[in-house]
Amino acid sequence: MSSDWPLWEVFVRSKGGLAHRHVGSVHAPDAQLALAHARDTYTRRMEGVSLWVVPSAKIVASDPDQAGELFEPAASKIYRHPTFYDIPDEVKHI
Amino acid sequence: MASLPPIDVPKGATGAGVFDAPVAPHQDPAHYDYLLRLGDDALILSQRLGEWCGHGPVLEVDISLANLALDLVGQATMLLNQAGDGDRLAFHRDVLDFKNCLLVEQPNGDFAQTIARHLLYSTWQHMLLQRLTQSSDQFLREFAAKAVKEIAYHRDLASEWTVRLGDGTEESARRMAEGLDWCWRFIPELFEVDASLQAAIDGGLAPDPRAFEQEYRSAIAAVLNDAKLDAPADQRPILGGRRGHHSEHLGHLLAVMQCLPRTYPDAVW
Repeated sequence: MSSDWPLWEVFVRSKGGLAHRHVGSVHAPDAQLALAHARDTYTRRMEGVSLWVVPSAKIVASDPDQAGELFEPAASKIYRHPTFYDIPDEVKHI
Repeated sequence: MASLPPIDVPKGATGAGVFDAPVAPHQDPAHYDYLLRLGDDALILSQRLGEWCGHGPVLEVDISLANLALDLVGQATMLLNQAGDGDRLAFHRDVLDFKNCLLVEQPNGDFAQTIARHLLYSTWQHMLLQRLTQSSDQFLREFAAKAVKEIAYHRDLASEWTVRLGDGTEESARRMAEGLDWCWRFIPELFEVDASLQAAIDGGLAPDPRAFEQEYRSAIAAVLNDAKLDAPADQRPILGGRRGHHSEHLGHLLAVMQCLPRTYPDAVW
């Protein structure tokens, strides 16, 4: 039965001001029950204040075979990291 | 000369004993009885839902049902501890001393029957808790304010599933209709007011369930309408749970639930 249901990716916002983060996936027959399943599976220990569910089939993923051309060129561009600035202590979650 | 400060006599204080001590729930039979009724409903329904653990139709639903059971066992703990020693009340009373309504002790049946039972009970419980937030008793007010949010979710989830099953396949609609048919005759008990409940209502402790019976019937009818299901015909009501007259199912449930603490009274976690 579960295998007949589409898969949904679950994103949880752990508290106000933070971005939703991917936490896992659930099976559910439709969007409303996907939210219920996500709530029951991923927020039962006060992990979140907001939930998103997205049909897994709607996720467009990069091709692992292209990882070389997509990601490796960034490895040698250390100057793109904002590590040459002093970040004030008050700034969190940057 | 300054006058003496006024003495604040707590509501419900009796003239006997220490005059300013609030009367303990167990000293007021109607109050004690009311705590047991609410507490036993939650306890027995949580045990029933717990029976699904590891047997749910799919993993996600297994977790959903266990979550509902955990909400209810938390409520039962608060209510029975307010009535007395919660563990003793839960594990060392016999079937005739339980005051839960007959609906919550009904067997799980299939998933549809469990959902039917939960729809009928949590819709009632939600309407009750909304009103219980106005109770004259501070504990019941605080309890209701916490529990009403939990039960709002129970009601929503049971409604969602009722619609999915009723408006699903031919088989799911048949099972949902059969589940409702099984549970339907236990609805009138939820709105029965006997002398004990009347005393609790008169004391401002408890809401009068008859005040929301129409609202309840309309709410259930609306869910069944969305589910494209006909309401079962009204059957001969079965009453008596509040007086300890239970169906044969409760004894079996208690045998499982109480076996361990009765066999090993000194067992600890």
